[in-house]
Formats: sequence, C-alpha cells, structure tokens
Amino acid sequence: MDFLRPASWEEALAAKAEHPTAVPIAGGTDVMVEINFDHRRPEYLMDLNRVGELAEWEVGEETVRLGASVPYTRIMDHLRAELPGLALAAHTVASPQIRNRGGVGGNLGTASPAGDAHPALLAAGAEVEVVSVRGTRMIPVDAFYTGVKRNALAPDELIRAVHIRKADGPQQFAKVGTRNAMVIAVCAFGLALHPETRTVRTGIGSAAPTPVRATAAEEFLNAALEEGGFWDSGKVVTPSVAKRFAQLCSAACNPIDDVRGTASYRRHAIGVLARRTLTWTWESYRTAERKGGVA
Amino acid sequence: MRVNFTVNGRPQEADDVWEGESLLYVLRERLGLPGSKNACEQGECGSCTVRLDGVPVCSCLVAAGQAEGREVVTVEGLAEYARERAGGTPAQDSGLAPIQQAFLDAGAVQCGFCTPGLLVAADEMLERNPTPSDADIREALSGNLCRCTGYEKIMDAVRLAAARQSEGV
Repeated sequence: MDFLRPASWEEALAAKAEHPTAVPIAGGTDVMVEINFDHRRPEYLMDLNRVGELAEWEVGEETVRLGASVPYTRIMDHLRAELPGLALAAHTVASPQIRNRGGVGGNLGTASPAGDAHPALLAAGAEVEVVSVRGTRMIPVDAFYTGVKRNALAPDELIRAVHIRKADGPQQFAKVGTRNAMVIAVCAFGLALHPETRTVRTGIGSAAPTPVRATAAEEFLNAALEEGGFWDSGKVVTPSVAKRFAQLCSAACNPIDDVRGTASYRRHAIGVLARRTLTWTWESYRTAERKGGVA
Repeated sequence: MRVNFTVNGRPQEADDVWEGESLLYVLRERLGLPGSKNACEQGECGSCTVRLDGVPVCSCLVAAGQAEGREVVTVEGLAEYARERAGGTPAQDSGLAPIQQAFLDAGAVQCGFCTPGLLVAADEMLERNPTPSDADIREALSGNLCRCTGYEKIMDAVRLAAARQSEGV
C-alpha cells in the first residue's frame, strides 16, 4: 500500500488521475473500518486532510457550497439556519467522535443507502460538484446514487463539494433505530417544504437499493396543497391527504429484510415518518404564515 | 513509512508504519502508550478516544499518516493537559486530572476498559461546557460504551467534576 499525501486540491486531482484506484480518505469513518477488518486493501490510500478548502463552506445567494469534508459537527453548529434538514440529519450520525471527523463527501463516496445525509440532500435539492483533471461536473444528487454503494463517480474523479439549496421553508428529518446514538438507520425520511415554488421534496433512506425520492407522493401532495389552497390559507392538512401521502411514500420503498429490520416494517415505518414529518413541517409553515399575517 | 507527530506535548517519531495502520495501533504498539484501548476497531465503542488537534476522535479510525505533524493527547497526557489548561496550577496530590479524580471518587471505574475513552471525552466536554445538563453529558458520552456500570456512576463522576470545576476546587 502507498500513502498519498497531496498538499493541495490540484495535487489531489493529479494523483487521482495517475492512480485511479486510489481510495480517498478524509474522516476515515468508513474507509478505516474496512481496512481494520481487512475487507479492503487499497493499493493507494490518499489522505485529503491536507486539502484545507475541502473543510470549508460558502453561503451563496441560493445555495451553500459545502466542502466535501466539512465535519457533521460544523454543519450542526454553523449551518442550521441555511440547511435545517441536513443539520438534523447530521445530529443523528453516530457519535460526537464520528461527527467530528465524518462529512457529507464521505457519505456520498460510500453511497450506502443508509447514509444519514442522503434523505436531507434529496429533500433540500442538491448537486454534487465532481472534479477531475478533465474538468468539473455538476451531478444532481438524485442521479448520483446508481446502486447499492455505487455512485456516478468516474475512477479519476473526486468529490469537491455539494451545492445544497438554502432552505426557503421548514425541513425535517426522522430516523428509525434502536437508540439515539450509534445507529445505522433502519430507515430514514427527509422532507422539505419549498414555499417559494409551492412544492415539497422528499428523501428516503435505507428502504431501497439507493436513497430515493418519493416522486409520486410529492406530485400528489403538490397537487393537493395547490388545489385546496393550503399554501395561502395555511390551514391544517386534511388527514386524508396526509394519509395518502404516507401511503405513496411507503409505496416508493423497495426494501429488503436484513438484521436491522424487515422489508414490511421499513415500508410501514416510512409511512409513519412521512406523516409525522409532514405534520411537523406544515405546523411550522402555518405558524410562520400566521405570524407573517399579523405583521 | 515514518510518521512524525506530537503526543502529549512531546515530539514522537514512529518508523516502519504500515500505510493502512491506525493511529491507535501506532500509539499502543509503537509508542508504548496502551492507555487508549483497542476494542471494536470500527468507531462504535469510543474506548480509543484521543484528542487530535484538540478534537475528540476515535483513534482507530484515523490513519496513522493523517496524524503527521499534528498534536495528539491521550489519557496518559490528560493530567498534564488539564494542568496547563488551568494555568499551570500544580496537579492534585494524586497527580491526576480532576476528571480522573472524580471518576475514582464517584466509583465510576469498574473493569476500567472504557475509562480512558470516557475520561478524554468527558474532559473535553467540561472544557467546552463547564455547566453541562444531564442531557449534555449523555450526548457528549453517547459514543462511549461501558458494559459494567450502567452509566449511573459515570454520570455522577462527570457531575462531580463539573461541580468541583465551578467551585474552583
């Protein structure tokens, strides 16, 4: 094994071009587990901790450009206003020690369907900035996950950052597990209301071969909210609408039975989480609307 | 490969380090610092917790090469670290950090295997948050598993250390 230690982003890209099999390591919270257990013996290990800009973020007009290795702890502490769904998801990642090291770039690189960041990224709307010596590609996050632990990266590419749409409304994230810490999601759900476009977006984790959106459920809810005038009136979402939304979210799952839970439990739980997160986000929206109305 | 870094304030050099080796292995097997414990090797148990440039991390998940040029504090250096933080006031008679003394006084140590990681994590929390609520303590220690105590004595110890710290004892 060779240990590559690029001192800059340009050096990292050159090294990845020269050694496409090189495994990037930043927080190490996935890669080191595989090495410790001898599940993986990469020819080259490439440390990205020296590339300072990967741990930085920029808040723009419409998006946050989040460096690939900004630790979850930083997201929780500094980006809760701009990225509330991701901040909630970040707080459910493992433990403080892991959150101090791990970041969204690693979640995307590993592309596990159970990665906690994915539902939040799908719901908020995000693009992955992927770079090689050949140039830069912006990949919509929906298209980034291509299979179980597979993603759209070419062998010579590295994840530079994720561009996440800043929240324009309430966002929620909920995850099922056996305790609050150190849990690999049995299943997880992210929901974002986008009042500016009068749309909702969803993200489902751990209930299909890849993280997915429940697009049929989104379309149903978008139409129901529009037709009922809910965005203007701010009235409570009709129980039958919430129920149908939950059913369609369950239907978007394609889960398996495994040690953490059964497929039927996951389908059921996603419906419950969908209904709950809809209630939570819609209540926040209504409250904000009412306050806005008074002022 | 060779790795140079600072451990508990002293420059250290480790030779013949395998490229896939963890910081934990280097500390224990090459530098003779077995305080950080090796249990799960997957970041689940927290018994290998050290400070890396001040930040608590699982040393089993840090590649040794990633520690190059950086500062590590292990449980062996905790008393000295706490003493310097307190402005160099003399260590307690026991030579222990306040959090270590509190663990002893509260009976928070049983088999002792999880203790080093808990000490490093608890000490860092008290540095950041001198008046933690029980929820704060639970969250800060949520990445450290103890199979003996049921955690109640550990909670007592951290509360005790926080109280003593605020009284300036």
